[in-house]
Amino acid sequence: MSYKDHHPADLNDELSERHGQHLDPLGSLSRRVPRFGHGSRVPGWDDAVDLTKDPAVIPDPAITPVPEDLRLEIETAMAKYPDRRSAAIPSLHAAQAVHGWCSPEAIEQVAAVMRLTPAYLTSVASFYDMFELEPKHSNDVFVCTNISCSILGADEFYDAMAAAAEGQDIDVRSFECLGACDIAPMASVNGEYVGPLELADAERIVEDLVADRPVLRDKQLRYRRSVDPNANGDTAGPTDTASEFSEPDHPHRADTAGLTEADEVADRPGPSAPLETPPAIPPQDQSET
Amino acid sequence: MKPILFDHIDEPGLNTLDVYQRRGGYEMLRQALTMTPEDVLAQIMSSNIRGRGGAGFAMGRKISFLPHGDMVKYLVCNADESEPGTFKDRELMQKIPHALIEGIAIAAYAGGINKSFIYIRGEYQLQADILEAAIAEAANAGLIGERILDSDFTMSLVLHRGAGAYICGEETGLLDSLEGKRGNPRLKPPFPAIEGLYAGPTLINNVETLSTVPYIMRMGGDAYAKIGTETSTGTKLVSISGDVKRPGNYEIELGIPSREIIYGLAGGPHDGHRVKFWFPGGSSSPLLTGDDLDIPYDFDSMAKAGTMLGSGAIIIADERRRILDTMLKVAKFYAHESCGKCVPCREGTNWTHKMVQRIYTGEATPMDLDIMASVQEQIIGNCLCVLGDAMAMPIGSMVAKFRPELEAEIEAARERAEGAASEDVVALGVADEHAGPIPVH
Repeated sequence: MSYKDHHPADLNDELSERHGQHLDPLGSLSRRVPRFGHGSRVPGWDDAVDLTKDPAVIPDPAITPVPEDLRLEIETAMAKYPDRRSAAIPSLHAAQAVHGWCSPEAIEQVAAVMRLTPAYLTSVASFYDMFELEPKHSNDVFVCTNISCSILGADEFYDAMAAAAEGQDIDVRSFECLGACDIAPMASVNGEYVGPLELADAERIVEDLVADRPVLRDKQLRYRRSVDPNANGDTAGPTDTASEFSEPDHPHRADTAGLTEADEVADRPGPSAPLETPPAIPPQDQSET
Repeated sequence: MKPILFDHIDEPGLNTLDVYQRRGGYEMLRQALTMTPEDVLAQIMSSNIRGRGGAGFAMGRKISFLPHGDMVKYLVCNADESEPGTFKDRELMQKIPHALIEGIAIAAYAGGINKSFIYIRGEYQLQADILEAAIAEAANAGLIGERILDSDFTMSLVLHRGAGAYICGEETGLLDSLEGKRGNPRLKPPFPAIEGLYAGPTLINNVETLSTVPYIMRMGGDAYAKIGTETSTGTKLVSISGDVKRPGNYEIELGIPSREIIYGLAGGPHDGHRVKFWFPGGSSSPLLTGDDLDIPYDFDSMAKAGTMLGSGAIIIADERRRILDTMLKVAKFYAHESCGKCVPCREGTNWTHKMVQRIYTGEATPMDLDIMASVQEQIIGNCLCVLGDAMAMPIGSMVAKFRPELEAEIEAARERAEGAASEDVVALGVADEHAGPIPVH
């Protein structure tokens, strides 16, 4: 079935089906392959593609509509490299941001601008975990379930997260190590690293996403100070998890610690660091914490 | 110990050019540009710094392998930090991105390189945004780009975001991915120093290695070599996670006892618990047990103990953790991340994963452990890259060191399955609730 034929109702069915597959005790191996009750595969599961069909060629740029912003982004990416093909991954990222997933249209648009075949781009997109070749919800929660996180309870958190996100516009995926074992168990919520998570945080993540506000602000990795006692001169490192994260609206945040008020004006991260501007806490957060 | 990379790492605004320069940043680039490339290389050589990414190859020698002459040469910074347990580069790029940029510029000057790339894993969005802003700042200030600081040296720097693939941390897989292909590793030789990115000579180094270069220049190579042991010089960032009180990144002098890191810095396991097993260098390194805590933490001592320092990622598990659960996570990770190019790795990781699952469902026999061990032996050394080896070594060490526990698990799971089968509720190959669930994520 082509994804072009999808109705919104089908999409929801399909997504809930994908969530359900995580509960399959045989794991990924049995997914998507229809099987008889005794376990063997139903014939035809691995039928080849239609060989009589003509191969897809490079789409004609004259008749392939591409959003102007997307075209500009792809062309900027191509100009950065000695070989334009290097821009394949950045361009697919851009197209996925526009379309929500690497849909056939998204791939066709990238192919038209980059002068590559859709087959080439599909082969690239299917290799990498962050490209979605199936329709998905607009929010992503990647729960790390690798060694360090699972030791500290990530598998249970994944189940809680999947249950909490049921029926919402949220995709929950278990992910391999995301490189933040210091805040294990952790998750990446639309790219924002949060942890260490407790089971109750699953509901809070969903609430924050639904309310469209920053997720678990008191647990965001970006505010975490170094734990190395030698790293910050005379100041001893934090000794417990609670003080590792500077309070979001506290004057001694990670990026302003140890400064007087006068210094703070001069040392406020400049335009190059827009990500560290102090967040303003909405009142409902304070009542919760 | 006074830290080198982590010195006042949380200083406000250290990710901006202003604060970094106020601390003496980019002075070393300025000084390097007044020296000859040979002299700069001599400093790096004499520091004896070994690569911090995992393989531990001497950085100076790597640069010296690049051919001389006027061809286009490339430098690629490997920021695809995906080894389970590792998160040191993340903190460096987020908090002091300009040290990396300065290090890249100096290393490129030493190697006569004009085009540089940073390949950062796609999941590190915050870090990539910060690096991108820092690169733009450095370019505006004339610290990278055409005729840097009015010298004759020109170097471009491009940040490239990956899209989630462990194999792209392998240097040739990374090069293919950077060229816009699937990240399949290449046959070596030719090594990247001769034929790498776009078939040109390419120097590939880890974030931590390159970030250290400005400090080596400041201290002088010989002074840097005095830190640490004779063959493992300098300081190393260690990422500690798992069952410890204070997980995080610590900068240590190479050669200190592992106990000092695990208990002294990270606080050791929680009260009332003890270390059962630990990975000394990411999930790819063979396991050590609670009896091995006095091994000095440096490249050669770890190799002598039959394991490796790898990326410097220590994962601790206390006595409450089952070895079987960790085994499943390791096997599943490598089965998921194998690119599928070489048969021993593609099949070996997959079958190992299936065999561990069989232990859970009660279908395994003690002989399976022998088969599993022999599968690992068939993988090691038989593939283009070391991804297969990276599973085979820890799994092999688990079977060797925890055989009695695994045999007990097999026995217990089989009894559970038989008990359940007599109640006629078990479908073929599917665990029921009595058998204990397989963590499937």
